[in-house]
Amino acid sequence: MDLLRFYARNSGEVVGLVGQHVWLVAISTAIALVIGVPLGVLLTRRPALRTPVLGLANVFQTVPSLALFGFLIPLPFIGGIGATTAIVALVVYALLPIVRNTYEGIAGVDAAVREAARGMGMTDWQLLTQVELPLGLGVMLAGVRIATVVSVGTATIAAAIGAGGLGVYIFRGVASVDNTLILAGALPAALMAIAADGLLGLAERRLAWRR
Amino acid sequence: MTAALEISRLGYRVPGGASLVEDLSFTVGIGETLVLLGRSGSGKTTTLKLINRLLEPSAGEVRVAGERAADLPVTRLRRRIGYVIQEIGLFPHFTVERNIGLVPTLEGWPPARIADRVREMLALVGLDAATFGGRYPHELSGGQRQRVGVARALAADPPLLLLDEPFGALDPITRVELQHEFQGLEKRLGKGMVFVTHDVREGLLLGTRIGLMQGGRLVFLGTAEEFRASGHPEAVAFRNAADPGPPARG
Repeated sequence: MDLLRFYARNSGEVVGLVGQHVWLVAISTAIALVIGVPLGVLLTRRPALRTPVLGLANVFQTVPSLALFGFLIPLPFIGGIGATTAIVALVVYALLPIVRNTYEGIAGVDAAVREAARGMGMTDWQLLTQVELPLGLGVMLAGVRIATVVSVGTATIAAAIGAGGLGVYIFRGVASVDNTLILAGALPAALMAIAADGLLGLAERRLAWRR
Repeated sequence: MTAALEISRLGYRVPGGASLVEDLSFTVGIGETLVLLGRSGSGKTTTLKLINRLLEPSAGEVRVAGERAADLPVTRLRRRIGYVIQEIGLFPHFTVERNIGLVPTLEGWPPARIADRVREMLALVGLDAATFGGRYPHELSGGQRQRVGVARALAADPPLLLLDEPFGALDPITRVELQHEFQGLEKRLGKGMVFVTHDVREGLLLGTRIGLMQGGRLVFLGTAEEFRASGHPEAVAFRNAADPGPPARG
């Protein structure tokens, strides 16, 4: 009940932090899509790039998030204290699942379908847009879902470098040993992750070609 | 009249590797079906892919309806050649209608003409347009799928059809049904066809001529009668395989 009273008293700030959090996740996922989907397609066309690119994305993925923020802060342009650094880090984390699943989704298309498409005179662009992307969409969306859910979680840590979001309450609560304050940040963040997972899972089932 | 297909001294060597097809020459006239017979790895499928340039020949020349294949943009060449493969390769996310209408759509036909042509093609392969047009490939039997594959290959009325073991994956009864239907189609269509198979009976049934391949070369080319009379060891081996004679006692 302390929590409800807290929300009632600070409704303006809560809405602002939720908004910041959603924005951090949305903008970083969008940027990761713009970079990651073409990159994943490129890997299906240039097999020699596959191992180095996926390897590099994997390395980024294994760096702990707080450490990655630390590495980014001293860098010019993309670093510093604030939302930019957080977005760069979130994009880096979102890239691997998006690139990998775009690649896997396309690579998983039946070789006979691909041969028939080429044999009947589709251009590479037609093959990609009319056959490979529609058939690979389910796997690609699964990657987007993973990226988004991970981003919601990682964005809470972004508060540590002044990027705002629900992590602000969590860090403040930890510092002042105030469980209500910690919960005030943690609970909506958790709900947001569950909602993103559910909505994108629904999109996956509705839009993806099955069988 | 120009032939549907003329091939002269065609060769293919894997970059930095073995030669898969060597010094291949033959002509397929309008209304003629050349059956390429041979064991696995004899170069039959490779030959088909050299014709529609899924593989680029390293030697020789291919002419489709009089035009040099190498001079045409590759997509234009392929849209003028019907292509049917054993695995069929129907698009699983397209209905039967959209699958059959694929090449006309790529060629930019008006929608009404595509719809007419699709109905015509479905009738040609013995499928009811109202029943099957809106279905997806996974809702069809193997035989129905292969009928759609043939209809798709014929939709843009290409002068030449390439068929790579089209009935190879079907059960024996469906296979015989489709072979007989296909025999009827051959007569009506008046196209040049190259039909790849390793099944001698199928080859003798459907081919106006038989080309026997071994090690990437054409070792025999002639009519079915000439094939039956041929003394070439590979021809003898294929005839024996089709008709093994009385079983040995043991």
